[in-house]
Amino acid sequence: MSAATTTDHIAPERFTQEQLGWTPYLEPKPVEDLDERDYDGLVDRGRAASDYFRLLVRDPEILGARTRVDKDIFYNTEGGLPRAERELAAASASRVNGCVFCASVHARFASHHSKRHDDVQRLLDEGISADLGERWNAIVAAATALTVTPSQFSPAHVSRLRAVGLDDLAIADVVHGAAFFNWANRLMLSLGDPVAAA
Amino acid sequence: MEQRVTTSTPPDVIDVLTGIAPGSRLDELRRRRPVTREQAQAAYAALFEPSDDSAVSGESADERRLIAAFTTRLAGDDATAAFYRARAEQADPERAAIVVAEAAAAATEGPFGSYPEAGLQQENTDGARYRAADAVRAQLGDRLTAALEHAHLLVFRPREADRAALAALTDAGWSTDAVVTLSQLVSFLAFQQRVVIGLRTIEEEAA
Repeated sequence: MSAATTTDHIAPERFTQEQLGWTPYLEPKPVEDLDERDYDGLVDRGRAASDYFRLLVRDPEILGARTRVDKDIFYNTEGGLPRAERELAAASASRVNGCVFCASVHARFASHHSKRHDDVQRLLDEGISADLGERWNAIVAAATALTVTPSQFSPAHVSRLRAVGLDDLAIADVVHGAAFFNWANRLMLSLGDPVAAA
Repeated sequence: MEQRVTTSTPPDVIDVLTGIAPGSRLDELRRRRPVTREQAQAAYAALFEPSDDSAVSGESADERRLIAAFTTRLAGDDATAAFYRARAEQADPERAAIVVAEAAAAATEGPFGSYPEAGLQQENTDGARYRAADAVRAQLGDRLTAALEHAHLLVFRPREADRAALAALTDAGWSTDAVVTLSQLVSFLAFQQRVVIGLRTIEEEAA
Protein backbone atom coordinates (compact mmCIF):
# COMPACT_ATOMS: atom_id res chain seq x y z
CA MET A 1 0.00 0.00 0.00
CA SER A 2 1.40 3.40 -0.86
CA ALA A 3 1.48 6.23 1.62
CA ALA A 4 -1.10 8.97 1.31
CA THR A 5 0.68 12.00 0.02
CA THR A 6 0.07 15.70 -0.01
CA THR A 7 2.05 18.32 -1.83
CA ASP A 8 4.78 18.67 0.75
CA HIS A 9 4.90 15.66 3.04
CA ILE A 10 4.10 12.00 3.57
CA ALA A 11 1.37 11.27 6.08
CA PRO A 12 1.65 8.27 8.41
CA GLU A 13 -0.53 5.33 7.35
CA ARG A 14 -1.76 4.26 10.77
CA PHE A 15 -0.99 4.34 14.51
CA THR A 16 2.71 3.76 15.08
CA GLN A 17 5.41 3.97 17.73
CA GLU A 18 7.78 5.46 15.17
CA GLN A 19 8.90 9.03 15.62
CA LEU A 20 6.66 11.36 13.61
CA GLY A 21 6.91 15.01 12.70
CA TRP A 22 4.11 17.55 12.80
CA THR A 23 3.41 20.55 10.59
CA PRO A 24 1.17 23.45 11.64
CA TYR A 25 -1.73 24.76 9.56
CA LEU A 26 -1.14 28.28 10.87
CA GLU A 27 2.05 30.27 11.15
CA PRO A 28 3.90 29.83 14.44
CA LYS A 29 5.14 32.99 16.12
CA PRO A 30 8.60 33.76 14.70
CA VAL A 31 11.45 33.05 17.12
CA GLU A 32 12.75 36.61 16.80
CA ASP A 33 9.40 37.97 18.03
CA LEU A 34 9.34 35.98 21.29
CA ASP A 35 9.48 38.08 24.46
CA GLU A 36 9.83 37.13 28.12
CA ARG A 37 6.09 36.63 28.52
CA ASP A 38 6.25 34.13 25.66
CA TYR A 39 9.22 32.32 27.17
CA ASP A 40 7.34 32.04 30.44
CA GLY A 41 4.49 30.41 28.48
CA LEU A 42 6.92 28.05 26.76
CA VAL A 43 8.22 27.05 30.24
CA ASP A 44 11.36 25.44 28.77
CA ARG A 45 13.20 27.86 26.48
CA GLY A 46 14.13 24.92 24.25
CA ARG A 47 10.49 24.58 23.26
CA ALA A 48 10.95 27.68 21.11
CA ALA A 49 12.42 25.25 18.55
CA SER A 50 9.03 23.52 18.18
CA ASP A 51 6.50 24.78 15.61
CA TYR A 52 3.72 23.38 17.79
CA PHE A 53 4.71 25.32 20.89
CA ARG A 54 5.51 28.48 18.93
CA LEU A 55 2.01 28.33 17.47
CA LEU A 56 0.45 27.84 20.91
CA VAL A 57 2.57 30.65 22.36
CA ARG A 58 0.31 33.07 20.50
CA ASP A 59 -1.62 32.80 23.78
CA PRO A 60 1.25 32.46 26.28
CA GLU A 61 -0.76 32.35 29.52
CA ILE A 62 -2.92 29.40 28.56
CA LEU A 63 0.10 27.62 27.06
CA GLY A 64 2.05 28.07 30.29
CA ALA A 65 -0.77 26.62 32.37
CA ARG A 66 -1.27 23.77 29.89
CA THR A 67 2.41 22.86 29.97
CA ARG A 68 2.68 22.95 33.76
CA VAL A 69 -0.42 20.75 34.13
CA ASP A 70 1.05 18.33 31.58
CA LYS A 71 4.41 18.05 33.34
CA ASP A 72 2.88 17.53 36.78
CA ILE A 73 0.41 14.87 35.63
CA PHE A 74 3.07 12.85 33.85
CA TYR A 75 6.33 13.58 35.67
CA ASN A 76 5.37 14.09 39.33
CA THR A 77 6.77 10.95 40.92
CA GLU A 78 5.35 11.53 44.42
CA GLY A 79 3.44 8.25 44.63
CA GLY A 80 0.48 7.34 42.47
CA LEU A 81 0.50 5.57 39.14
CA PRO A 82 3.81 4.32 37.66
CA ARG A 83 5.00 6.48 34.77
CA ALA A 84 4.45 3.72 32.19
CA GLU A 85 0.78 3.49 33.09
CA ARG A 86 0.23 7.25 33.00
CA GLU A 87 1.58 7.05 29.46
CA LEU A 88 -0.73 4.10 28.77
CA ALA A 89 -3.71 6.25 29.80
CA ALA A 90 -2.47 9.02 27.47
CA ALA A 91 -1.96 6.60 24.59
CA SER A 92 -5.42 5.10 25.14
CA ALA A 93 -7.17 8.47 25.02
CA SER A 94 -5.17 9.33 21.90
CA ARG A 95 -6.11 6.00 20.29
CA VAL A 96 -9.81 6.64 20.95
CA ASN A 97 -9.75 10.24 19.71
CA GLY A 98 -7.65 9.28 16.70
CA CYS A 99 -4.59 11.41 17.35
CA VAL A 100 -1.89 9.44 15.52
CA PHE A 101 0.82 11.92 16.49
CA CYS A 102 -0.03 12.00 20.23
CA ALA A 103 -0.42 8.23 20.31
CA SER A 104 3.00 7.76 18.71
CA VAL A 105 4.76 9.82 21.37
CA HIS A 106 2.98 8.35 24.38
CA ALA A 107 2.95 4.78 23.10
CA ARG A 108 6.71 5.11 22.75
CA PHE A 109 7.00 6.41 26.31
CA ALA A 110 4.73 3.63 27.59
CA SER A 111 6.92 1.04 25.84
CA HIS A 112 10.10 2.59 27.14
CA HIS A 113 8.98 2.67 30.76
CA SER A 114 7.15 -0.67 30.78
CA LYS A 115 9.43 -2.67 28.44
CA ARG A 116 6.19 -4.04 26.95
CA HIS A 117 6.59 -2.82 23.37
CA ASP A 118 4.49 -5.58 21.84
CA ASP A 119 1.53 -5.02 24.16
CA VAL A 120 1.63 -1.30 23.44
CA GLN A 121 1.77 -2.06 19.73
CA ARG A 122 -1.34 -4.24 20.07
CA LEU A 123 -3.18 -1.31 21.63
CA LEU A 124 -2.26 0.73 18.56
CA ASP A 125 -3.00 -2.04 16.02
CA GLU A 126 -6.12 -3.62 17.51
CA GLY A 127 -7.45 -0.64 19.42
CA ILE A 128 -8.83 -0.43 22.92
CA SER A 129 -10.31 -3.94 22.86
CA ALA A 130 -6.82 -5.54 22.75
CA ASP A 131 -6.28 -7.93 25.68
CA LEU A 132 -3.24 -6.60 27.54
CA GLY A 133 -3.77 -8.37 30.87
CA GLU A 134 -6.24 -7.27 33.52
CA ARG A 135 -4.25 -4.39 35.04
CA TRP A 136 -3.63 -2.69 31.71
CA ASN A 137 -7.12 -3.59 30.46
CA ALA A 138 -8.60 -1.81 33.48
CA ILE A 139 -6.54 1.32 32.77
CA VAL A 140 -7.36 1.32 29.05
CA ALA A 141 -11.07 0.81 29.81
CA ALA A 142 -11.11 3.67 32.33
CA ALA A 143 -9.28 6.05 29.98
CA THR A 144 -11.63 5.09 27.15
CA ALA A 145 -14.81 5.54 29.20
CA LEU A 146 -13.65 9.00 30.26
CA THR A 147 -12.70 9.95 26.71
CA VAL A 148 -15.90 9.09 24.84
CA THR A 149 -18.65 11.69 24.73
CA PRO A 150 -20.85 11.70 26.67
CA SER A 151 -18.69 10.21 29.40
CA GLN A 152 -19.25 6.57 30.30
CA PHE A 153 -16.90 6.64 33.27
CA SER A 154 -18.63 4.94 36.20
CA PRO A 155 -17.91 3.65 39.72
CA ALA A 156 -17.43 0.20 38.15
CA HIS A 157 -14.34 1.53 36.34
CA VAL A 158 -12.97 2.86 39.62
CA SER A 159 -13.65 -0.45 41.38
CA ARG A 160 -11.93 -2.35 38.59
CA LEU A 161 -8.84 -0.12 38.98
CA ARG A 162 -8.90 -0.67 42.73
CA ALA A 163 -9.15 -4.43 42.19
CA VAL A 164 -5.92 -4.44 40.15
CA GLY A 165 -4.07 -2.59 42.91
CA LEU A 166 -4.51 1.11 42.24
CA ASP A 167 -5.01 3.40 45.24
CA ASP A 168 -6.91 6.70 45.19
CA LEU A 169 -3.94 8.72 43.96
CA ALA A 170 -3.16 6.23 41.19
CA ILE A 171 -6.81 6.25 40.12
CA ALA A 172 -6.76 10.07 40.12
CA ASP A 173 -3.62 9.86 37.94
CA VAL A 174 -5.50 7.71 35.40
CA VAL A 175 -8.31 10.28 35.41
CA HIS A 176 -5.95 13.22 34.93
CA GLY A 177 -3.79 11.45 32.34
CA ALA A 178 -6.80 10.57 30.20
CA ALA A 179 -8.50 13.94 30.77
CA PHE A 180 -5.35 15.84 29.85
CA PHE A 181 -5.11 14.02 26.53
CA ASN A 182 -8.61 15.11 25.70
CA TRP A 183 -7.13 18.61 25.85
CA ALA A 184 -3.87 17.79 24.04
CA ASN A 185 -5.38 15.58 21.31
CA ARG A 186 -7.78 18.31 20.23
CA LEU A 187 -5.00 20.87 19.88
CA MET A 188 -2.65 18.54 18.04
CA LEU A 189 -5.36 17.21 15.70
CA SER A 190 -6.86 20.56 14.81
CA LEU A 191 -3.82 22.82 14.45
CA GLY A 192 -1.67 20.71 12.13
CA ASP A 193 -0.83 17.38 10.51
CA PRO A 194 1.40 14.47 11.52
CA VAL A 195 4.24 13.74 9.13
CA ALA A 196 5.89 10.35 8.65
CA ALA A 197 9.61 10.15 9.23
CA ALA A 198 11.51 10.55 5.97
CA MET B 1 5.08 47.29 40.57
CA GLU B 2 3.99 44.71 43.09
CA GLN B 3 0.44 45.08 44.23
CA ARG B 4 -0.78 43.75 47.54
CA VAL B 5 -3.54 41.21 47.22
CA THR B 6 -6.45 42.58 49.17
CA THR B 7 -9.21 40.32 47.91
CA SER B 8 -9.51 36.70 48.96
CA THR B 9 -8.33 33.98 46.58
CA PRO B 10 -11.07 33.12 44.10
CA PRO B 11 -12.55 29.65 44.62
CA ASP B 12 -10.96 26.79 42.72
CA VAL B 13 -13.39 26.05 39.89
CA ILE B 14 -12.82 22.29 39.80
CA ASP B 15 -13.49 22.18 43.55
CA VAL B 16 -16.71 24.13 43.03
CA LEU B 17 -17.86 21.96 40.13
CA THR B 18 -17.03 18.72 41.95
CA GLY B 19 -18.44 19.86 45.28
CA ILE B 20 -15.14 19.46 47.15
CA ALA B 21 -15.11 20.77 50.72
CA PRO B 22 -11.85 21.81 52.41
CA GLY B 23 -10.29 18.89 54.26
CA SER B 24 -12.41 16.30 52.49
CA ARG B 25 -10.98 13.14 50.97
CA LEU B 26 -11.03 14.60 47.43
CA ASP B 27 -9.50 17.86 48.68
CA GLU B 28 -6.61 15.92 50.17
CA LEU B 29 -6.30 13.87 47.01
CA ARG B 30 -6.11 16.96 44.78
CA ARG B 31 -3.58 18.60 47.07
CA ARG B 32 -1.19 15.70 46.51
CA ARG B 33 -0.80 17.07 42.98
CA PRO B 34 -0.59 20.75 43.90
CA VAL B 35 0.84 21.95 40.59
CA THR B 36 -1.94 20.24 38.62
CA ARG B 37 -4.52 21.80 40.92
CA GLU B 38 -3.01 25.27 40.74
CA GLN B 39 -2.31 25.25 37.00
CA ALA B 40 -5.72 23.85 36.05
CA GLN B 41 -7.11 26.88 37.86
CA ALA B 42 -4.55 29.13 36.15
CA ALA B 43 -5.73 27.80 32.78
CA TYR B 44 -9.31 28.59 33.67
CA ALA B 45 -8.33 32.07 34.82
CA ALA B 46 -6.26 32.72 31.69
CA LEU B 47 -9.27 31.92 29.53
CA PHE B 48 -12.11 33.40 31.52
CA GLU B 49 -10.72 35.81 34.12
CA PRO B 50 -7.56 37.31 32.66
CA SER B 51 -5.83 39.88 34.83
CA ASP B 52 -4.82 41.83 31.73
CA ASP B 53 -8.12 43.39 30.65
CA SER B 54 -6.72 44.49 27.34
CA ALA B 55 -6.35 40.88 26.24
CA VAL B 56 -9.94 39.84 26.88
CA SER B 57 -12.47 42.54 27.39
CA GLY B 58 -16.11 43.22 26.65
CA GLU B 59 -17.22 41.46 23.55
CA SER B 60 -14.48 38.86 23.67
CA ALA B 61 -15.19 37.85 27.29
CA ASP B 62 -18.89 37.43 26.51
CA GLU B 63 -18.03 35.45 23.41
CA ARG B 64 -15.85 33.09 25.43
CA ARG B 65 -18.63 32.44 27.92
CA LEU B 66 -21.09 31.68 25.15
CA ILE B 67 -18.68 29.28 23.46
CA ALA B 68 -17.97 27.60 26.81
CA ALA B 69 -21.68 27.16 27.51
CA PHE B 70 -22.13 25.57 24.09
CA THR B 71 -19.05 23.33 24.34
CA THR B 72 -19.76 21.94 27.79
CA ARG B 73 -23.47 21.36 27.09
CA LEU B 74 -22.53 19.37 23.99
CA ALA B 75 -20.52 16.97 26.15
CA GLY B 76 -23.07 16.58 28.92
CA ASP B 77 -25.95 18.06 30.89
CA ASP B 78 -23.86 18.19 34.05
CA ALA B 79 -22.44 20.51 36.71
CA THR B 80 -19.78 21.90 34.39
CA ALA B 81 -22.33 22.71 31.69
CA ALA B 82 -24.61 24.38 34.26
CA PHE B 83 -21.72 26.53 35.52
CA TYR B 84 -20.81 27.87 32.09
CA ARG B 85 -24.43 28.27 31.15
CA ALA B 86 -24.97 30.52 34.18
CA ARG B 87 -21.94 32.62 33.26
CA ALA B 88 -23.13 32.96 29.67
CA GLU B 89 -26.60 33.99 30.85
CA GLN B 90 -25.05 36.69 33.04
CA ALA B 91 -23.04 38.00 30.11
CA ASP B 92 -25.62 37.85 27.32
CA PRO B 93 -28.97 36.25 28.24
CA GLU B 94 -30.44 36.45 24.76
CA ARG B 95 -27.60 34.78 22.91
CA ALA B 96 -27.01 32.37 25.82
CA ALA B 97 -30.53 30.97 25.43
CA ILE B 98 -29.94 30.37 21.72
CA VAL B 99 -26.50 28.85 22.24
CA VAL B 100 -27.65 26.44 24.95
CA ALA B 101 -30.70 25.36 22.92
CA GLU B 102 -28.44 24.76 19.92
CA ALA B 103 -26.06 22.68 22.06
CA ALA B 104 -28.84 20.58 23.55
CA ALA B 105 -30.18 19.85 20.07
CA ALA B 106 -26.73 19.17 18.56
CA ALA B 107 -25.44 16.95 21.39
CA THR B 108 -24.54 13.51 20.02
CA GLU B 109 -22.03 10.71 20.65
CA GLY B 110 -18.33 10.81 19.90
CA PRO B 111 -15.67 10.57 18.92
CA PHE B 112 -16.68 9.72 15.37
CA GLY B 113 -15.50 10.61 11.90
CA SER B 114 -13.23 9.69 9.03
CA TYR B 115 -9.52 9.28 9.50
CA PRO B 116 -7.10 11.03 7.15
CA GLU B 117 -4.74 8.04 7.53
CA ALA B 118 -4.99 5.54 4.67
CA GLY B 119 -4.54 2.52 6.92
CA LEU B 120 -7.36 3.48 9.29
CA GLN B 121 -10.18 3.81 6.77
CA GLN B 122 -11.89 0.67 8.09
CA GLU B 123 -12.31 2.48 11.44
CA ASN B 124 -14.23 5.41 9.94
CA THR B 125 -17.59 6.07 11.58
CA ASP B 126 -20.36 8.49 10.82
CA GLY B 127 -22.45 10.75 13.01
CA ALA B 128 -24.36 14.00 13.18
CA ARG B 129 -22.30 17.04 12.19
CA TYR B 130 -23.46 20.49 13.25
CA ARG B 131 -24.14 23.36 10.94
CA ALA B 132 -26.13 26.29 12.29
CA ALA B 133 -29.36 27.17 10.52
CA ASP B 134 -29.40 30.50 8.69
CA ALA B 135 -31.77 31.98 11.25
CA VAL B 136 -29.37 31.07 14.07
CA ARG B 137 -26.43 32.46 12.14
CA ALA B 138 -28.33 35.71 11.67
CA GLN B 139 -29.00 35.98 15.41
CA LEU B 140 -25.52 35.01 16.61
CA GLY B 141 -23.42 36.55 13.87
CA ASP B 142 -20.93 34.84 11.56
CA ARG B 143 -18.04 35.02 13.98
CA LEU B 144 -19.72 33.31 16.94
CA THR B 145 -21.50 30.81 14.68
CA ALA B 146 -18.21 29.77 13.11
CA ALA B 147 -16.79 29.22 16.60
CA LEU B 148 -19.73 27.02 17.61
CA GLU B 149 -19.40 24.91 14.48
CA HIS B 150 -15.70 24.51 15.21
CA ALA B 151 -16.40 23.62 18.85
CA HIS B 152 -18.79 20.87 17.75
CA LEU B 153 -16.09 19.52 15.44
CA LEU B 154 -13.52 19.46 18.25
CA VAL B 155 -15.88 17.92 20.79
CA PHE B 156 -17.23 15.09 18.63
CA ARG B 157 -14.91 14.44 15.69
CA PRO B 158 -11.47 15.87 16.38
CA ARG B 159 -9.95 13.43 13.88
CA GLU B 160 -11.74 15.36 11.11
CA ALA B 161 -10.36 18.74 12.17
CA ASP B 162 -8.39 19.87 9.15
CA ARG B 163 -6.95 22.90 7.43
CA ALA B 164 -10.32 23.78 5.91
CA ALA B 165 -11.90 23.97 9.38
CA LEU B 166 -9.40 26.64 10.40
CA ALA B 167 -9.95 28.46 7.12
CA ALA B 168 -13.67 28.65 7.98
CA LEU B 169 -12.74 30.44 11.20
CA THR B 170 -10.36 32.79 9.44
CA ASP B 171 -13.05 33.59 6.86
CA ALA B 172 -15.44 34.46 9.70
CA GLY B 173 -12.99 36.99 11.12
CA TRP B 174 -10.89 34.97 13.56
CA SER B 175 -7.23 36.06 13.62
CA THR B 176 -4.45 33.49 13.97
CA ASP B 177 -3.96 34.43 17.63
CA ALA B 178 -7.70 34.18 18.29
CA VAL B 179 -7.89 30.75 16.61
CA VAL B 180 -5.21 29.53 19.03
CA THR B 181 -7.13 30.86 22.03
CA LEU B 182 -10.42 29.41 20.77
CA SER B 183 -8.77 26.01 20.23
CA GLN B 184 -7.34 26.12 23.74
CA LEU B 185 -10.68 27.12 25.22
CA VAL B 186 -12.63 24.24 23.70
CA SER B 187 -9.83 21.75 24.37
CA PHE B 188 -9.27 22.89 27.96
CA LEU B 189 -12.97 22.43 28.69
CA ALA B 190 -12.71 18.84 27.45
CA PHE B 191 -10.09 18.37 30.18
CA GLN B 192 -11.84 20.26 32.96
CA GLN B 193 -15.21 18.59 32.43
CA ARG B 194 -13.58 15.14 32.50
CA VAL B 195 -11.56 15.86 35.64
CA VAL B 196 -14.78 16.83 37.40
CA ILE B 197 -16.54 13.69 36.18
CA GLY B 198 -13.56 11.55 37.19
CA LEU B 199 -13.26 13.00 40.69
CA ARG B 200 -17.00 12.80 41.30
CA THR B 201 -16.94 9.17 40.21
CA ILE B 202 -14.05 8.34 42.55
CA GLU B 203 -16.08 9.82 45.38
CA GLU B 204 -19.23 7.99 44.31
CA GLU B 205 -17.42 4.66 44.20
CA ALA B 206 -16.01 5.14 47.68
CA ALA B 207 -19.39 6.08 49.17
